[in-house]
Amino acid sequence: MEVFLIFISAVLVNNFVLSYFLGICPFLGVSGKIESATSMGFAVTFVLTLSSAITWLINNYILIAFKVPFLEYVSFIIVIAALVQFVEMFIRKMSKTLYDTLGIYLPLITTNCAILGLALFGALRKYGFIENIVFGIGAGIGFTLALVIMAGIREELDLADVPQPLKGAAITLILAGLLALAFMGFAGLISA
Amino acid sequence: MEITILFISLASMGGIGLVLSMILVIADKNLAVEEDPRVEKALEVLPGANCGACGFAGCAALATALAEGKVSVDACKPGGKEVTDKLVEILGLEEAVEFAPKVARVFCSGGLKEAQRDKIYTGVRTCGSANLVGAEKACLYSCIGYGDCVSACPFDAVRMNDNGLPVIDLGKCTGCGECVRACPRNIIGLTGYEDVVHVYCRSRDKGPVVRKICTAGCIACKLCERDDDTGAVTISDNLSVIDHEVNKAPVMAVKRCPTEVIRISDPVPGHEKLFEEKTKLLQEILEKESKEKKEEPEKK
Repeated sequence: MEVFLIFISAVLVNNFVLSYFLGICPFLGVSGKIESATSMGFAVTFVLTLSSAITWLINNYILIAFKVPFLEYVSFIIVIAALVQFVEMFIRKMSKTLYDTLGIYLPLITTNCAILGLALFGALRKYGFIENIVFGIGAGIGFTLALVIMAGIREELDLADVPQPLKGAAITLILAGLLALAFMGFAGLISA
Repeated sequence: MEITILFISLASMGGIGLVLSMILVIADKNLAVEEDPRVEKALEVLPGANCGACGFAGCAALATALAEGKVSVDACKPGGKEVTDKLVEILGLEEAVEFAPKVARVFCSGGLKEAQRDKIYTGVRTCGSANLVGAEKACLYSCIGYGDCVSACPFDAVRMNDNGLPVIDLGKCTGCGECVRACPRNIIGLTGYEDVVHVYCRSRDKGPVVRKICTAGCIACKLCERDDDTGAVTISDNLSVIDHEVNKAPVMAVKRCPTEVIRISDPVPGHEKLFEEKTKLLQEILEKESKEKKEEPEKK
């Protein structure tokens, strides 16, 4: 039950993008089309899940065991950078078109604060191994959900008659704000 | 004690780094993607300034596109003929492609005198900002006149005239396209040296609307389309468009344009002869027609 709560909380209530405002850069950058938003979401979910497992191991068996917790940031960033590099190679091999669509946002996953945020949250809340991984998957799915919803709205928006001054970035930011407000409605779902 | 912590930190970070780098090395070997060797060679030849004048993200992106044959070899304008020749060699193209130099031209005739202004703008005086709220002129396709193109030009070839329109010094223009990208309304375009006749308006408003708000706009009357027998001039989306691949100088289209937005352009230095010839040709046609008109009423 505890694990399930962590999952739901990461997906909806404490959605990384819309409640914690982490990972806004790809949220605005890759949410033009549903297809690329989905792929980006899965790439980030993959990195989040793997990094949640590896950072937990490093945190508990190296940093805490040897009493060097101040190395938290450095070691987490190294893990994330290596993982992103790996994902980049993998996607490039598997699908050249996907690689081109994601463009600069793929290497930018390294600096996606959602991923470092997840690793630090996990260490701070002292989750167990399984809990931490579930937290990672939940955060990834929450990120994907936010991206896909945003992309869906933006695709419809192309057909809408937006006032001249609001076209482009302005209306996108307003949308993001409204979406975040909507997600605040989930706050009553779990009292934690 | 402090020494141990130092040692532990070094060992643990070094260990993590080593393990991760080993994984990446193995992954790199197994997931290697074969690249066209021409890409690297093309990249060496390109200027490497990553100026973006070709429309790609940088020289590397252009090199890839070149190898895939997606763009013409003369895409790198700042590189000039020299780079193009080398690229032809690298890419193994059989036909020698001639480097087609370009100059920028401003396709709006609605200056302060011609275009009506129906708003007052007091914000930041750049075209990019003013365009967000519609700027001062009634025509939403017109030149805004705050000179984003002037500041964008790296060769000091653009200046604003008294009428609030940018003028391009064709002698200085290298065709890099910086002004084209700077203009939020896409009024500036790159044109070939030998393209003589152009439509100096980009308004897609309907004729009656243009008549109300600008005295120098294309009203899509279709006279040019009718007069030109080469098929290069067409009206699409309430705007006259000249296809320069069909005819570089459809002078017939110029003669009856009621708002004079279709004009023989200012000559590019070094090509004055061509422009003079076409102007003469037009004058001859006009004289001939005016004579015929004079003769007609006499017959009656």
